[in-house]
This record gives sequence, structure tokens and C-alpha cells, in this order.
Amino acid sequence: MRIRLKIWRQENQQDPGKMVNYTLEDINPHMSFLEMLDTLNEQLLQDGTRPVEFDHDCREGICGQCGVMINGRAHGPLANTTTCQLHMRTFTDNEEIVIEPFRATAFPVKCDLKIDRTAFDRVIQSGGFISVNTGQAPEANDMAIGSPTAEAAFDAAACIGCGACVAVCKNSSAALFTSAKISHLVLLPQGKIEAQERVRKMVDQMDKEGFGHCSNTEACEAECPQQISVLHIARMNYEYNKAQVLKK
Amino acid sequence: MLDAKIPGGPLEDKWSYYKAHAKLVNPANRKKLTVIVVGTGLAGSSIAASLGEMGYNVKSFCFQDSPRRAHSVAAQGGVNACKNYKNDGDSVYRMFYDTIKGGDFRAREGNVYRMAECSANLIDQAVAQGVPFGREYGGYLNNRSFGGVQVSRTFYARGQTGQQLLLGAYQALMRQVGAGTVQLFARHEMLDLVVAGGKAKGVIVRNMDTGELERHGAHAVVLATGGFGKIYYLSTLAMGCNGSAIWRAHKRGAYMANPSWTQIHPTSLPQSGEYQSKLTLMSESLRNDGRIWVPKKEGEEREPNQIPEEERDYYLERRYPAFGNLSPRDIASRAAKERIDAGYGIGPLKNAVYLDFSKAIKDQGEDTIRKKYGNLFRMYEKITGVDAYKEPMRISPAAHFSMGGLWVDYELMTTIPGLFALGEANFADHGANRLGANSLLQACVDGYFIAPYTMANYLADEIKAGPIDVRDAPFAAAEENVHQQLKRLMGIQGNLSADYFHKTLGKILYDKCGLSRSKEGLEAAIKEIAALREEFWQRLYVPGGYAINTELEKAGRVADYLELGELMCYDALARDESCGAHFRVEHQTPEGEAMRNDQDFSFISAWEWEGADKPPLLHKEPLHFEFVTPTVRSYK
Ligand SMILES: Cc1cc2nc3c(=O)[nH]c(=O)nc-3n(C[C@H](O)[C@H](O)[C@H](O)COP(=O)(O)OP(=O)(O)OC[C@H]3O[C@@H](n4cnc5c(N)ncnc54)[C@H](O)[C@@H]3O)c2cc1C
Ligand code: FES
Repeated sequence: MRIRLKIWRQENQQDPGKMVNYTLEDINPHMSFLEMLDTLNEQLLQDGTRPVEFDHDCREGICGQCGVMINGRAHGPLANTTTCQLHMRTFTDNEEIVIEPFRATAFPVKCDLKIDRTAFDRVIQSGGFISVNTGQAPEANDMAIGSPTAEAAFDAAACIGCGACVAVCKNSSAALFTSAKISHLVLLPQGKIEAQERVRKMVDQMDKEGFGHCSNTEACEAECPQQISVLHIARMNYEYNKAQVLKK
Repeated sequence: MLDAKIPGGPLEDKWSYYKAHAKLVNPANRKKLTVIVVGTGLAGSSIAASLGEMGYNVKSFCFQDSPRRAHSVAAQGGVNACKNYKNDGDSVYRMFYDTIKGGDFRAREGNVYRMAECSANLIDQAVAQGVPFGREYGGYLNNRSFGGVQVSRTFYARGQTGQQLLLGAYQALMRQVGAGTVQLFARHEMLDLVVAGGKAKGVIVRNMDTGELERHGAHAVVLATGGFGKIYYLSTLAMGCNGSAIWRAHKRGAYMANPSWTQIHPTSLPQSGEYQSKLTLMSESLRNDGRIWVPKKEGEEREPNQIPEEERDYYLERRYPAFGNLSPRDIASRAAKERIDAGYGIGPLKNAVYLDFSKAIKDQGEDTIRKKYGNLFRMYEKITGVDAYKEPMRISPAAHFSMGGLWVDYELMTTIPGLFALGEANFADHGANRLGANSLLQACVDGYFIAPYTMANYLADEIKAGPIDVRDAPFAAAEENVHQQLKRLMGIQGNLSADYFHKTLGKILYDKCGLSRSKEGLEAAIKEIAALREEFWQRLYVPGGYAINTELEKAGRVADYLELGELMCYDALARDESCGAHFRVEHQTPEGEAMRNDQDFSFISAWEWEGADKPPLLHKEPLHFEFVTPTVRSYK
């Protein structure tokens, strides 16, 4: 198949950047989206031009490193699918595909489609953990945890930290990302002890990083490759209010 | 003579004895000691976090943009531990024995026993961190069984066990970053090791965003940089996985052990075209309920569901009745290759076999199967467009895990004092074949429970070394070395991409140093790789500049692969026997099983770099079996 591409090119963080057009002939529909970009890059390299920089690593939807806006949608048109899991059969022959980086104040563009998501690491660093040192753990089966609770914690913990939720949010809010970690840990008995401090610190850090507020549009859930539910945001708000009340 | 420094005495007392006698570092002195940890996978995150908690000064490096993205994240199936929660006869000894046997009696007894011994603690630690392992209705932890064993000792978090374990370790790491004990350097690639006065004293890294080279000094350096199976180009590894950190340490004097022992995983998705960049793994846990078969008729053209039961060859059940579909990986992969080579392969390229769930769905119901493997079936459908509840999956073997790696002693220290190697980057515990779900375990155990003791034993004597000055000559020389190499790569200005060389090398290795190897093939491969390397240094083209430049990163890795690949062939050639994943066609039984030669090859091959223009030098570490008797590994 033939593909017409419009790709965001930006030399570095200071460069204003612009869209550039490319055409690819003979694309195999079974190719993955990133393999299509590999093909483009091989062609650019043969022409002596700088290939398009894009983030990726595992190419199986779990590391969270890939992620671009494809025709205005985070990770492209398919639900619950990362960019690396998208295949060209999803597109039609001669279709125009517009590719842009995930955009948010807290995610500066570094080069072409590559962005800086270290803000997420700092949110986790502020409190997204259970304080247990190596060696302190009790026997695992001393504490029974109902299977439904463990499964619910897992649902939240499945977040891959790709940033799609931020990119699709009109406020660039990181509420889904942050709340997923808060939910994961507060649902488990071993995570309850630090619940109040955790939620306060993580929410504060989220604000400091320049992420916006959540206004319940729910675009984040719709575009999340891991189907993380917005109910976690409700839980985060509840936990946050509870923590603020109990603080006094 | 290489000395592994394994403590004497009974098997079950060795580690306790070591711990009781190892030197300690006074808490007040720990902050005066700096440790560099390269890698943030399970091995790297766990050692960095643990050392930070103890009060050492830690610098942590990875090439991804966040430590949470290390390839440990992709492990699906599970992690082994002998808790014996199933009351099915598991014990430390049994786990030790399964692992030694699974590795075809080519691993050290002392190391393997220690891994089994520490396994139960890991589950405790992970649960305390909040890892949501699968549980039974009563609320207690659940287990599944994995290939090569007859007990259920595998803990899992749906099909995302690696992700959940890694997030636990990552969160522990980030907690220490917040506490100020660990400094994080993401998107920093290690390009050289600094050795001064015979000891590892630092690294040269490249900031992948700015292109700047940086010098970092430390009292000890840990390489936890994962496996190098990506050398085959098509593999289950991530695109950035590489052998560069360990290879450059090798060139500075660290020996490489058994580098050719590569696990080719039996259940990955088959290649479908030349453009393909990776082979996605379908977790081995699927073999618990899936049955593997090929048509009995050569060149069969019918759709799988139209092939009646009696015309299907369940070749694993036929050849290995005791273990059947749960036979160890090397055996399952070789059996698949045997069928495919004989003309019974399926799919458009005739390069695959079926993995069929129809019986499990009939016996247990679709819901149960969905609950166990839902995300894997979804992933399969995303990639292939096929619904595996209705039609069998197509699978084929793919390069997956490096049993080989840097040689380490019992303390996980390489032949360079002060340089430690943890996780998949070392060679230690899996012998010639790794059992499923043992490597997440090994990576975690190395980092949480072993290295914190063994490194203290080394660091205790380093306090008197004082702070390290990165202006010293060895740092300058190492930086210059890296600078020259980058300049050389950029300066060739040929017309072929790094990927071209990587793919070509991958084909040579799959063909001649993959599932089966022969003297003839290996000798040819050594010549072909040397020629390819020459072409690389004449015709490579790296566009762009020194700042963000993926092509430059790839070129450096491929340059190393072109040397490492050659060493793999030398290693496979020198080992004139078959064992585990290493199958020399000259050494097989009439039924096609691997034939080990304990008389002549009961040793670990440790290779020394002798310079670019000389063949590598082989050192042998003999294996002593005091507690088990090597037997013919039979899964029949
Ligand atoms: C698809 C897949 C599924 C698997 N499933 C299972 C399973 O179910 N059970 C099981 O037990 N095992 C499984 N394994 C194996 C297991 O996941 C790995 O062996 C293990 O996670 C390795 O951990 P590690 O910490 O050694 O390395 P990794 O997690 O690979 O981490 C390597 C780290 O090193 C860094 N690094 C590498 N090179 C450099 C450099 N030059 N400079 C700076 N940093 C560098 C990387 O950034 C990364 O942080 C699987 C493997 C794969 C590929
Ligand atoms: S590359 Fe890892 S999630 Fe897409």
C-alpha cells in the first residue's frame, strides 16, 4: 500500500519545528507502524538525510516508551493499543497519516517525536511506593488478600507510564497516571499505612511539574492502552480530601 | 587457574557460612563509598535500591528515558520460588536439582543452590512492595507450573509478572532517589569501563540527549545490563538491548563465559517478512494448557481446524511422554525445528507449528482460559489479527536469553576486581539451558540478597582508597578511547545502515550458531563475520550529529556485536559436545537427543580478550559435582 505521511520535525528543544511530508510506496499491511517508520528512516538514510527520531524499545506494548499522536489520537485509531502494536492494515491505501509528538507543558519535545517524560518519574519519587527496605518483609502468606482486591490493585498497577493520558487531556492533566499508582497501593493492606502522606505528596508533585487539573472529560480512559479506569481519579480525590481533613 | 571461591562444607551451609564470615562496612563509612550501577532492570534497580537503603552513595544509569522501561518489564510468565505452598513436594533441594538438571549439568552447584535458597525471600519482598501476584479465592498466593519441572512453583501477576516485579524494584529505587542516596542518570549509555591500579574505578558514559561524554568514578562498578540475545537481530528482546557494556568491560580484561549459550525460546510468533524488527514472545505458561502439533502430512495445505485429530502429530507428547508439552525450552525448540526442517512447518512461510487450546477450552471452559491468558490472547490477536480462542496459534522458535555473559565468581565479581555483574549480564546460574521463570528470580536475588553482602566484602577494603578523582589519567584515556570510536563511526560516510549489518549478522548467527551448530558451519561463520566487520568499517553510514542520534547509538552496538558474534562462534566451536541449548550436530544420539561429554567438557569456558588481531584465549573453570551425579537428562 501507499502511505502519505506528515511528520513533525524538530531539531532540538529550541527549534520551533515544522511538519514535513513524505510518501512511502509498497508498504506491507502486516508491517507494524514502527516498522513503517523504520522503512521511512532507511529511505531517508539512503537519501543522506537525518532519520526521524522516535521513542520505542520493547515493541510489544509494555515498556511505555513509544507513543505518538496519529491523526490526532494518542497511539492511533485502535482502542487499548500502543503505537508499537499498531499495524498498517488499520490504515487504507493512499491514506494521509499525521504524526506528532505527545504534547504537554510537562513533556517538552526533545527532537522530532521524542519527548521528555521524566516528570512521571518525579511523581513516583515523591511517594509512589511502599516504604519497605530489602530484608524487612514478613512471610508473604501471613497476610491473605482477597483475590478481587489483588485483581483490582493489578488493574491499576498495569499502567505503562506512556503519557497518552496527559497528551489527550485538554488540560494536560496527569490525574490518571498519578491516581493509578495511588489506587494500586491504597487498595492493598500493606499500602494503607502511608496512604495519606503518599496522596498529598504525589498530588503536590503533579502540580509542581506543570500538569493541569482534571475536569472529568475522561478522554484519558478512552485512549489509555491499558484500559486504566477514571474511577481511580475519583478514588484519588477521595483519598486526597480525606488526607487533607485528617491533617488538621 | 580461575577460582570461583565457592565456600567449602555442605551445600546447604555454604551461603550461611559465607554471610557469617564476609566483611562488613560500618554504617558511618558507607556514605563515603560510591557505587556505580549500570542498568535499571530487576538486577540493577534492586541492587541500587538495596545499597541506597544501606547508606551507600549510588549512581544509577540506563539508556531508556526512565528506569521503569528496562526490558525486565516484558517478562510475562512468572517467577519461581520454592515456597511449597501447593504442598506438592517442593523444596530448596528439589528446585536446585531441577535447575542443575535443566542446565544440563553445566552450572556450579554452590551458585544454583544459593539461588533456590534465596527464592522464598524474594516473594516476601515483592509482596511487601505491593506486587499484585495472582491469588486464590481464599486470599493466598497462587502458583502455576512451568516447563522442565513437575511441581507448581511459579508465582505470577497475570501475564505481566516482569512488569509488576520491575515496578516494585523501580519504586524502591525512586524512593532512594527521593531520599538522596541514589542519583539517577537515564538516557546515559555506558561506553567504557575505567580500570585503574588493576581495579574497576568508573565508567565513561554518553549523555544520549546532548551527546556529551561524562566521567564517573566509584569504588565499585556493577554491570546489570541484561542479555545480548538481540545480537540475532530478530529476537524477543527490546530494540535497545545490547552487549556493549559487558563487551567493553571484556576488552578491559573481564572474561566472557560460555558466550554462545543462547536460549532459543519455543513459543514466539513466527517471522512474517523481511521488514520485521522483532519476534514477540508468547509466554511459555501457555504450554500449560496449549498442545503443540504439526500436521502428519508433509506440506499440508488445509486450515488447522479442518485437520482431524488423527492426522495431527503432537510431537512433544509423542517424543517426551513424561513432560510432553512442558518439556524444557531447548528440547521443545529443537523438536520444532526438526519438524519444520523436515517439511511439516505451517503458515505462509512454513516456519511455524501450532499451539492449540481447543482441548483446554473444551475441558475448562473459555472463561477459565480467558482468565488465565486473556491478555496473551489479546496480544496475539493484535499482532496477527487471529482469534486464538477459535483457531490455534502459530508459533516458532526465537532467540531469547543469554545463558552466557561475564564470568563471575561466587561473589558475582568478574575477573576485574571491583567489577560485579548481576542478572542476565553474568553467566552464573543457568548452565547450558535456563528453566522458565528462573531468570526474573536470578536477577532479583542477585540484586536484593546476594550482591549487598558480597559487595560489602569487597568495599570494606576500599574505604582507605579515599575519593576517586576523575581527572586521573585512566579516566582521560578511556574517554579519549570512546571519543575516537565515535569519531570513527561518524567518519566512515559509506552507504549502508547499522541495521543492514545487524540483520546480516543475525542471519549468520541463526544459521550457524543458533539451534544447531557444526564445526564446518562455525568455521565458515567466523570468516563471514570477519568479512562483514571489515565491510562495516568501510561502508557504514551514520547520518546526523553527536546529540540525539539513534543511528549513532545503533552503530556503536553493532560494532560490538560484530566482535561478540565472532567470540560466540569460537566458543561454540571449542565446545565439541552437545549440552543443553548448545547442540553440535556431530554429537547426538540416534534419536536426535543432545550427547554430553562429561569426560572432556565438564567445565565453564571463560574467554580472555587478546586484542583485535588475535583469536581469544580460552580459560577453563572445571565444574565439580560433589552433591549430585550428572545423568543423562531425560524428559521421556
Ligand atoms: C519477552 C521476554 C519474556 C521473559 N519472560 C520471563 C519470565 O516469564 N520469567 C523469567 O524468569 N524470565 C523471563 N525473561 C527473562 C528475564 O526477563 C530477563 O532475564 C531479566 O529480566 C533480565 O533482567 P536484568 O535486570 O538482568 O536486565 P534488563 O531488565 O534487561 O535491564 C538491563 C538494563 O541495563 C541497561 N543497559 C543496558 N546496556 C546499557 C548501557 N550500555 N549503558 C547503560 N545502560 C545499559 C538498560 O537500560 C536496562 O536498564 C523474559 C525475557 C524476555 C525478553
Ligand atoms: S515500544 Fe514498548 S510499549 Fe511500545
